[in-house]
Amino acid sequence: MPNINHKKAILALEDGRVFEGFSFGADGESFGEVVFNTSLSGYQEILTDPSYCGQIVCMTYPLIGNYGINIDDVESRKIFLSGFIVKENSPIASNWRSQKTLSDYLGENNILGIEGIDTRALTKHIRLKGAMKAVISTEDLDIKSLVKKAKASRGLDGVDLVKEVIYDKPFEWNAKGRYKVAVLDCGVKFNILRRLEERNCKVVVLPADASADEILKLKPHGLLLSNGPGDPAAVTYVVSSLKKLIGKIPIFGICLGNQMLGLALGGKTYKLKFGHHGGNHPVKDLRTGRISITVQNHGFCVDIDTLKKNDIEITHINLNDNTLEGIRHKKYPLFSVQFHPEYGPGPHDAQYLFDEFIDLVKNYKR
Amino acid sequence: MPKRTDIHKILIIGSGPIIIGQACEFDYSGTQACKALKEEGFKVILVNSNPATIMTDPEIADATYIEPITPEVLEKIIIKERPDAVLPTLGGQTGLNTAMKAIEAGIFKKYGVQMIGADYNTIKKAEDREHFKKAMLKIGLDVPKSALAYNMKEAKDALKKLGLPLIIRPSFTLGGTGGGIANTKEEFERIADLGLKSSMISEILIEESVMGWKEYELEVMRDKKDNVVIVCSIENFDPMGIHTGDSITVAPQQTLSDAEYQKMRDASIAIIREIGVETGGSNIQFAVDPKTGRMVVIEMNPRVSRSSALASKATGFPIAKFAAKLAVGYTLDEIRNDITRETPASFEPSIDYCVVKIPRFTFEKFPEAEDILGVSMKSVGETMAIGRTFKEALQKGLRGLEIGHFGLDNKSDFREISDEKIKHRLKEPNASRVFYIKYALQKGYSVSDIVNLTAIDPWFIENISQIVRLEKEFAGLKLNELNRDALLRIKQYGFSDRQIADLTNSNEIEVRNYRKKLNLEAVFKLVDTCAAEFEAYTPYYYSTYESECEARVSSKKKIMILGGGPNRIGQGIEFDYCCCHASFALKELGYETIMVNSNPETVSTDYDTSDKLYFEPLTLEDVMNIIDKEKPDGVIVQFGGQTPLNLAKKLNDLGAPIIGTSIESIARAENREEFNKLINKLGVNQAPGGCVNSKEEAADVASHIGYPVLVRPSFVLGGRAMRIVYDKTSLMEFMKEAKDVSEEHPVLIDKFLEDAVEVDVDVLADGRVAVIGGIMEHVEEAGVHSGDSACVLPPHTLSDEIIDKIRECAISLSGELNVRGLMNIQFAIKEDMVYVLEVNPRASRTVPFVSKATGVPLAKIAAKVMVGKSLKELGVTKEKQINHVAVKESVFPFSRFSGVDILLGPEMKSTGEVMGIDDTFGKAFYKSQLSAGGGLPKKGTIFISVKNDDKRHIVFIAKRLSDMGFKILATGGTHKAFKSNGIQAEMVGKIAEGDTKVLELIKKGKIKLIINTPSGKKGQSDMKPIRSLAVMHGIPCITTLQGAQAAVNGIESIQKSDFEVKPIQEYLSFNA
Repeated sequence: MPNINHKKAILALEDGRVFEGFSFGADGESFGEVVFNTSLSGYQEILTDPSYCGQIVCMTYPLIGNYGINIDDVESRKIFLSGFIVKENSPIASNWRSQKTLSDYLGENNILGIEGIDTRALTKHIRLKGAMKAVISTEDLDIKSLVKKAKASRGLDGVDLVKEVIYDKPFEWNAKGRYKVAVLDCGVKFNILRRLEERNCKVVVLPADASADEILKLKPHGLLLSNGPGDPAAVTYVVSSLKKLIGKIPIFGICLGNQMLGLALGGKTYKLKFGHHGGNHPVKDLRTGRISITVQNHGFCVDIDTLKKNDIEITHINLNDNTLEGIRHKKYPLFSVQFHPEYGPGPHDAQYLFDEFIDLVKNYKR
Repeated sequence: MPKRTDIHKILIIGSGPIIIGQACEFDYSGTQACKALKEEGFKVILVNSNPATIMTDPEIADATYIEPITPEVLEKIIIKERPDAVLPTLGGQTGLNTAMKAIEAGIFKKYGVQMIGADYNTIKKAEDREHFKKAMLKIGLDVPKSALAYNMKEAKDALKKLGLPLIIRPSFTLGGTGGGIANTKEEFERIADLGLKSSMISEILIEESVMGWKEYELEVMRDKKDNVVIVCSIENFDPMGIHTGDSITVAPQQTLSDAEYQKMRDASIAIIREIGVETGGSNIQFAVDPKTGRMVVIEMNPRVSRSSALASKATGFPIAKFAAKLAVGYTLDEIRNDITRETPASFEPSIDYCVVKIPRFTFEKFPEAEDILGVSMKSVGETMAIGRTFKEALQKGLRGLEIGHFGLDNKSDFREISDEKIKHRLKEPNASRVFYIKYALQKGYSVSDIVNLTAIDPWFIENISQIVRLEKEFAGLKLNELNRDALLRIKQYGFSDRQIADLTNSNEIEVRNYRKKLNLEAVFKLVDTCAAEFEAYTPYYYSTYESECEARVSSKKKIMILGGGPNRIGQGIEFDYCCCHASFALKELGYETIMVNSNPETVSTDYDTSDKLYFEPLTLEDVMNIIDKEKPDGVIVQFGGQTPLNLAKKLNDLGAPIIGTSIESIARAENREEFNKLINKLGVNQAPGGCVNSKEEAADVASHIGYPVLVRPSFVLGGRAMRIVYDKTSLMEFMKEAKDVSEEHPVLIDKFLEDAVEVDVDVLADGRVAVIGGIMEHVEEAGVHSGDSACVLPPHTLSDEIIDKIRECAISLSGELNVRGLMNIQFAIKEDMVYVLEVNPRASRTVPFVSKATGVPLAKIAAKVMVGKSLKELGVTKEKQINHVAVKESVFPFSRFSGVDILLGPEMKSTGEVMGIDDTFGKAFYKSQLSAGGGLPKKGTIFISVKNDDKRHIVFIAKRLSDMGFKILATGGTHKAFKSNGIQAEMVGKIAEGDTKVLELIKKGKIKLIINTPSGKKGQSDMKPIRSLAVMHGIPCITTLQGAQAAVNGIESIQKSDFEVKPIQEYLSFNA
């Protein structure tokens, strides 16, 4: 009998659906909300995106790890997600920039990977039943026990995960630049900082709980609200600082930043059934009619109907499901988008929004 | 931006006959485009010379011109139809080149026709290498260092500047004809010379070699509002240096990180904008240095291509259909994604499987040509396989190729292959390299050894190595030692039951039964463009081994149609046409239709064609898996050529409900003894012969009936290995080869009927009544494969008595065989005797031609008969008489295979066909020649050299040519015959004797036509250089007396008056 030398691992969902596979990366037991990502490439950027904190990510593309891991393509200082699900992990890495295999990288970061999963079946399940809590384990292989544990786990709703991913102190990303931009870090991706740096900005990163006064004291030319994990409604402290900042300084919000801005402007957010996670979502800029293929990673969304249309212009819309993708204030210098113009991974189409932010900063008369 | 309202009538240019580099993918794209535009309310005018296409069906366009695709014909059509616009980007390079020439001739301008999809300057910029390179440098992209040359002197200067090795690419050609890689000065000069000649504008690009770099292709679409999406990325398994059509390719790309891929994506978008493709699809190729990541742009096709057909099938995103809609003004966000129904087309498909495309070669047809691959395309078809992993897709693809491999199997024993051979076969790219990679691994070569020898990316080699390692674990085990997990694992690696049987010393059926006992069955997953993110409504499936099956099995009455697999010589688009028609017909009757096929180029694998599409290899196992799941009420094996027919008996044995002519009847027609009995019973003539299983028997039979004999293996298509044999030595050689071609079947030997007229007949029958579909008289004599011969419908030299005899015989044969559906019979007529040569109880290659010529949809009727309709119910009671003449001519790939002679014989060599249709034979024949490529000259010099037997007849032909004003050159004997009959001719010496005048004249383009009938082996070799050179220079070369006779008729008719064009719809209604 041919021996199968992989270590067995089980993925159990809170609704009782179970998938058996093999472990790669670290061993152990890990909890999170299962979401699927439809990007064909970019697993390294996904692994290091702090917005996935508290989540277990299933890659819908089946062959993962092919080009390995390199030092340049990280999006933050570590891996924040709690588990990684693939159909097949490549035991070798083939790329001139690769420094290690995916498996080694997960192992070093103590992250559980599970392979051999019918990821399409899992994806369909999530699509039909919604994102849900789950556990991956190599220790406990008892299905009933695992389902029970998954059910009892924390989940995302109402939980402030931002606190778990932010830097605890302010720091300068780069020292020089014509425009001083403060980035309110809720789990910021390096690509946001890189895009600002490229555009002649001096970038200062402040922790999410920085007060409005602390921010204004820095006298930045503009403020960028970053992406971040979890439920926007749980990050009340940012929303209250924002209320004080609106109208006082040019603001650009990305993803969670968009949601928090929406809340600060009096809107409401809600949870999408299974969210948008991938690099192929068409978004229309309603001002120009142009379509960008965008990078998306969000489970929550601003409710279009709760925004005051007198003050707020809807600038972007998702063509797949007509959900809100971007807003602009009609009086104050602020705008935000639900997707990721900074990319990493995914298409670069929406970069122009950083230019718009620079224009906003440039033209703002204080 | 909604649809344009300023245009109403659109002319679409098709791609003409199937040739290497331009196959059924353009029928697929053209059909989609016609349908899409008609759906939008436009009047669609189509020109395409290829009758075997779905796009030339009378109901697809409003007016269908089955006419030669030349600027002159375009003008004639434009005068008649006055279209507002022409769409040239869906008919391959032929469509594009013809449109370019028409613009240069001022035709479109003259009649106020605007070109949509792409404009002149855009095409020029994309196709002209120098313009393209400049454009790339302008937008900051890197390209290989290069120089242009318009003559040999400039070429040599470039050689000095750039250094070897160098790649030479001629501009404006098809599939890289005439290009090559030069490693030495001599090679350089030879390839450069050839390249200059094959370029439409005598231009070659000499380029820094990026051989061995990673090769990528991106399929890009753009709309009028400048929205751009990448439909699919493709990574070539074979590195740079091998034409992408000849490479194994994989979708999506596998070994680029996202940062690197996005850089390529950005470049693609910048390129389509800079080149200015306003709307539609383009294909852009890149090379990446595996050591440094340096990315260079290789080329761009500003049109729908073979790769876009592949990308459409690989993702479910119908590029051609959308390209047509974008061309008439829609934007991507205004087009709905058919598969998800709710989301728009302005997105980039995400896929959750791996797609592998493998080219199908036919080097066995051209024994003189080496199976070495390079920058000039040589494959004639391709198969695509979908799996959840690369390993699974690769193995499925290899069995889908239908070349006798059941995956990455052990057909050859690695222990018997020398190290030297392994190294050689790995280093020099060739058609079976993927198997040598396996043998090398089995021999203990490491992944990096193989990477060094092949320059194939280590990731691919590693995956093959995993297959080899797993196979080793299983080898020698007994089947019952395997538990479900173990069997699941090996199935997930793509191993076929047959491969597992070989490893466990059992047979395929035992493995199948054991697998089913363990409850391990294939599951079917959907191709849905979105990786399951949205609900998918189109039932387009592939099989794999996983936990969840998504096949939605209905309770409707359903019929499964087995397709023809990859295109090859002898089995191509004609059979796909029949399969599509079967599907259309049965849908009309309310059946659910299920298509099974593995050829991504075809209309049959469009998810719109049938109710359900299973994209699967056509093997017993794969087909049975679908039958197990779908439980169809009937399975049709008659339409896909020999592929499904060869499976018929085994499928039947496993309980598949085969409909149509019975398995017994099929066997009766193929089995020689049975067939003899049948012939005797009916009292029909047959050339004496026999059926043998050994060399000894063969020698006996041959000496008994007398040489020459016609020999062939049974159960093969396209005259594979069929030959006329003149002596015992050749017979013995043949017997050895025949066993390689068809191991399980005997060899047929017949007395060869020399100088007989061959006739092809297609018959429809329902078990009670038989009706003749069409009687076609071949132009070339019996002995030339029917697929290679030109033919005429209706017959033009046969007497009514003979035709009646043929009819009678055909009808009694179909009655005796109890045919339900279609049957094809080949007859030979010699001295007023009618002999039966061959009977095939299935749809034949001529079905689409007959259907186009007569307007009777034979395949549709046959399909309806198979589900129980009678011919009477269907209103098909008598043979259709037509008042026009249709000529089918074959198209050959000789120019692709240097060193190959162009003589025709019983082994089929043509890749495609054209139809000429007109009121007289002469004009129809003239059109057919024009469509097939060369075209007959109206004046100039003709070179004639014939064998002794033909001298008497050639005199009349030469006389007529001379009277028509042609200057005649002839060799010794032929010249003498002319002289003694008072025909003016100039004598030229034999090449063997040092006279190269003819060769010089051919090179200079002074000779417009060559008539050369070869005699025996000696004569063949003397004239071979002339024939080869003629092919390279595109000069028509006629090798049979009958062909020459027909050519004279053609020339005569065209000298009297120019031909006219008429849509097929008019011919058909006139006859109705």
